[in-house]
Amino acid sequence: MRQHPWLFLFPALLIMSISAFVPMMTVVNYSLHNIFAGSSPEFVGLENYAAVLSDADFRGALVRQLFFTVTILLIEIPLGVLLAHAIPHRGSGMALSLVLLGIPLLIPFNVVGIVWRLFAQSDIGVIPSLAALAGYDYNVSLHAVDAWLTLVALDVWHWTPLAALLAFSGLQAIPPAYYQAAAIDGASTWSTFRHVTLPRLRPVLTIGVLLRFMDSFTIYSEPLTLTGGGPGNTTTFLSFLIARKASSYELGYAGAASIIYLYIVIVLSYVFFQLLSGKQGATAR
Amino acid sequence: MKKRYFLLALYFLLLFAPIYWMLITSLKTDSEILAEFTLFPKQITFEHYREIFGSPEWRGSFANSLIYVTLNVLITLAVAIPAAYAFSRWSFRGSHHLFFWLLTNRMAPAAVFMVPFTELYYAMHLFDTHLAVALAHCLFSIPLAIWILEGFMSGIPREIDETAYIDGYSFPRFFVKIFFPLIAPGVGVSAFFCFTFSWVELILAKALTVTEAKPIVVTLTAGIGAEGVKWGLLSAAGVLTMIPGALVVYFVRNSMAKGFSLGRI
Repeated sequence: MRQHPWLFLFPALLIMSISAFVPMMTVVNYSLHNIFAGSSPEFVGLENYAAVLSDADFRGALVRQLFFTVTILLIEIPLGVLLAHAIPHRGSGMALSLVLLGIPLLIPFNVVGIVWRLFAQSDIGVIPSLAALAGYDYNVSLHAVDAWLTLVALDVWHWTPLAALLAFSGLQAIPPAYYQAAAIDGASTWSTFRHVTLPRLRPVLTIGVLLRFMDSFTIYSEPLTLTGGGPGNTTTFLSFLIARKASSYELGYAGAASIIYLYIVIVLSYVFFQLLSGKQGATAR
Repeated sequence: MKKRYFLLALYFLLLFAPIYWMLITSLKTDSEILAEFTLFPKQITFEHYREIFGSPEWRGSFANSLIYVTLNVLITLAVAIPAAYAFSRWSFRGSHHLFFWLLTNRMAPAAVFMVPFTELYYAMHLFDTHLAVALAHCLFSIPLAIWILEGFMSGIPREIDETAYIDGYSFPRFFVKIFFPLIAPGVGVSAFFCFTFSWVELILAKALTVTEAKPIVVTLTAGIGAEGVKWGLLSAAGVLTMIPGALVVYFVRNSMAKGFSLGRI
């Protein structure tokens, strides 16, 4: 019994091969064919990949995607660390703060979109009314800048609590003796943070950056409900583009774009992981 | 000291402003929503909630979501617990690669799987069933659950297993009586994450269902984009979808911080 790891892994691997491996091979298969409804698929080799890579829509979506992800990471992670410092360390204040932080994380993605649509919609929202007071014509469905700012605000609103919760659990694990030692040495607040806190937060922040990277890079429901990818295609991100191509049965294109997309995510995750976790973290564990 | 609580209070104020706005919108009459900007409903009405509870479509899709989410949590835990045990207790040939492969599925954008899943579940005669959505969500929830559980299990010394065997415990009895209670918080946290993911996921749930298993998230988006969106109704439905999440947060509040660090603190 104690010598058979595969026995324990079998059920999980069975389900994963049905839900992951088979569909993935189907996607690879699509990506190598030219598919029209009603006629049999024609093998085209890597043509779809070439088409995707030279497609301005795909490149545009990729650039927007990278820009969006970098923006929200730069805001959410530092803000999360800052908030984590403000949370009380014990007692009911801590419990309350943690519960309040947890709530946004459990709102369905498209409801988050709805919440923000209500908040930002030009005829009924709070933001346009406030902006109008300041003499600014705020309109998510007309101005690309407004749509962008609102999407970034939405993501920061939705996910900063995750960064804060992670950073807080990291802070809790730092022994008080470290700070006492830093105080005795006369370290400034900043250098205490830089040399005591930050290195110790590294493992949790790695998880935070990775999770936020993967999820923001695959964002779909929020732009769908908030902006519908517009105005024009200024908020059309990769998932959105692929879903649109797949729904219009451009399966070869969608397949090739999916594979490229997935590899970008995996490679960048790996790079982030290596950069953030340092030398000791050579594997995913 | 005062300054940081001020910061925290200000943050929570901003955090709950949009939620407050949705809540009061759900309590306003349609004419008030469109006619003017009010920070508190002039006349509180429950008509939107009544409409939702009176409609079989809304009630049905709410139930559908709860059914496939529950199925997903049960399937995930049933297969992830033994798998995580294997990863935490044995280092076998290829275990690191297998672990990383499992995680790469967590990274996959759901849009990638939309069409192949539709075809696969058609072929398996599972299309438009609760089981189809539950299985599709397993793609993301199993790797995550294994990752979290493995973290919790690795925190439990192997000596505990060995002592139990010396005391004459059989493996199943050891697992149920001794090991399981030790990792119970991890199981709770994993269940929380699976629940969250499956409850909030839209793209696959939408692709795999038509009527029989149509989830609440899809019923919700149906009204958007059309002329004359019923904002009051939409807000009320939005408020209702937040309730299961708020309940779950309340129940796991003690192990939540640990869970968010995936058991690695």
